[in-house]
Amino acid sequence: MSVDAATVRRIAHLARIAVADQEVEHLRGEINSILAFVEQLQEVDVTGVEPMTSVTPMAMKKRTDAVTDGGDADAVTKNAPATEDHFFLVPKVVE
Amino acid sequence: MTELTSLTIADARAGLRAKKFSAAELANVHLLAMEKARTLNAYVLETPERAHAMAKASDARIARGDAGPLEGIPLAIKDMFCTEGVRTTACSHILDNFVPTYESTVSANLWRDGAVMLGKTNNDEFAMGSSNETSFLGNVTSPWRRQGSNTPIVPGGSSGGSAAAVSAHLALGATGTDTGGSIRQPAAFTGIVGLKPTYGRCSRWGIVAFASSLDQAGPFARTVRDAAILTCSMAGHDPKDTTSVDQPVPDYEAAVGKSVKGMRIGIPKEYRVAGMPPEIEKLWEQGAAWLKAAGAELVEVSLPHTKYALPAYYIVNPAEASSNLARYDGVRYGLRVPGRDIAGMYEKTRAEGFGKEVRRRIMIGTYVLSAGYYDAYYVRAQKVRTLIKKDFEDCFAAGIHAMLTPATPSAAFGIGEKGGADPIEMYLNDVFTVTVNMAGLPGIAVPAGLDTQGLPLGLQLIGRPFDEETLFSLGQVIEDTAGRFKPQSWWA
Repeated sequence: MSVDAATVRRIAHLARIAVADQEVEHLRGEINSILAFVEQLQEVDVTGVEPMTSVTPMAMKKRTDAVTDGGDADAVTKNAPATEDHFFLVPKVVE
Repeated sequence: MTELTSLTIADARAGLRAKKFSAAELANVHLLAMEKARTLNAYVLETPERAHAMAKASDARIARGDAGPLEGIPLAIKDMFCTEGVRTTACSHILDNFVPTYESTVSANLWRDGAVMLGKTNNDEFAMGSSNETSFLGNVTSPWRRQGSNTPIVPGGSSGGSAAAVSAHLALGATGTDTGGSIRQPAAFTGIVGLKPTYGRCSRWGIVAFASSLDQAGPFARTVRDAAILTCSMAGHDPKDTTSVDQPVPDYEAAVGKSVKGMRIGIPKEYRVAGMPPEIEKLWEQGAAWLKAAGAELVEVSLPHTKYALPAYYIVNPAEASSNLARYDGVRYGLRVPGRDIAGMYEKTRAEGFGKEVRRRIMIGTYVLSAGYYDAYYVRAQKVRTLIKKDFEDCFAAGIHAMLTPATPSAAFGIGEKGGADPIEMYLNDVFTVTVNMAGLPGIAVPAGLDTQGLPLGLQLIGRPFDEETLFSLGQVIEDTAGRFKPQSWWA
């Protein structure tokens, strides 16, 4: 499988990464070189093989559904580029 | 006092307890050595004030007879570990001024045991790389050089700064993270010991997430014993990481020096890859002979899916990375670049904040996870991963205690020599190490010799899950025979 320029633009949009027109061709080449490299996986017989979901066999630990942490609004918003009264500020999303 | 920087952790521990020198002196000589070695760019942030304060507290505890297992030992911390109140960037522009309000569990364990932080070390951006050339904070230059040459050499990656710091005696030990070889490959390139523990042995909490099913923290040190000492402190169950394993931490140091007589060591025939330099092959045979001389039995084994590990890795890894790195959106932390609307802000922030390799991996990951391709790529890769793990399980079930392989397909290369035209060229560096991450196993790189140009070469031992102890015992045999390796200081 290989990707065309339109697919590169679509992937970039899905990944929310701005890509300039002059970068598309170069990216297309790189992505296709990696896709060509992983193509060899097609020759492996995976009939009846379960996809790995956990590399170490273990049951997911569960904790009681109780408040264990919190009340740290200062710490949570400390590194944000723009905040006001413990809210994150973003550009206008609703007209 | 410079010779204090040459001590092993074990010797420094004894010296501190016998009050031959103080933790403050030990920290000082290291801070001075770091200052003189800035040209290596191993540290992206030196933390002298923190080091002085921690060393002073260590000296007080030693005086009280209250010393922890790592009391006063100066260490370097890879910039992937969040350190409370100390800038942590993963060497990415997108985290420029991120100052965590919390401490990673692994580093907290080291401080709990009395260790002293010297600073944060350089790495490939978000640990994506094998040469430390993708760091936003600049390349790391290896303390090693080819004989009679001034060509700057890469220290390997992604934990290039930690490896260079330990190799150049700018720290007694360091932390690293290993997703596909990021501890073992730089350890091999710089002539030191590096361990990737079993997946789940160390908590991932507070480590900048890259590929969560593969990431594991581990130590760098100049001896196998020192690596064992550090692992004792770093490992352990953490309720904050559901994948961390609730099993007691053994006394790894006790495994160092234990007899390996009667152990069955597998030599995987598929690792004899085409085009392997004769030096690597010779080193491998030599390592096998050393283990045999120590009483181990060498057995040829087969891991038939080895060649598919790297391609499967380059699906699983970018897929997980693209999910993990979705959090960098210019809203909650890090860089923000204004845009026309919120989507424009996201797109510009991520385009400017991420470097080339990171953008490429996010895009590959986004593609293989997108509707219509998920089964063909991601699910297939995870099935292949099951087969890779089964290869190892079959060998271990047949009575193999550990495997011996080369750590890398070559010695270190020069800065700028690889991967410029084709990213795959760089990815091939991890051909012997990724299998271990794919199968969640422990692996250790131990220095074993120098190539004809005088650059270090390492051997890798792969163990059964949670059997790091066997790796320390076998690693010590290699160290006892091969000796230790130190670069000639040209930088100070």
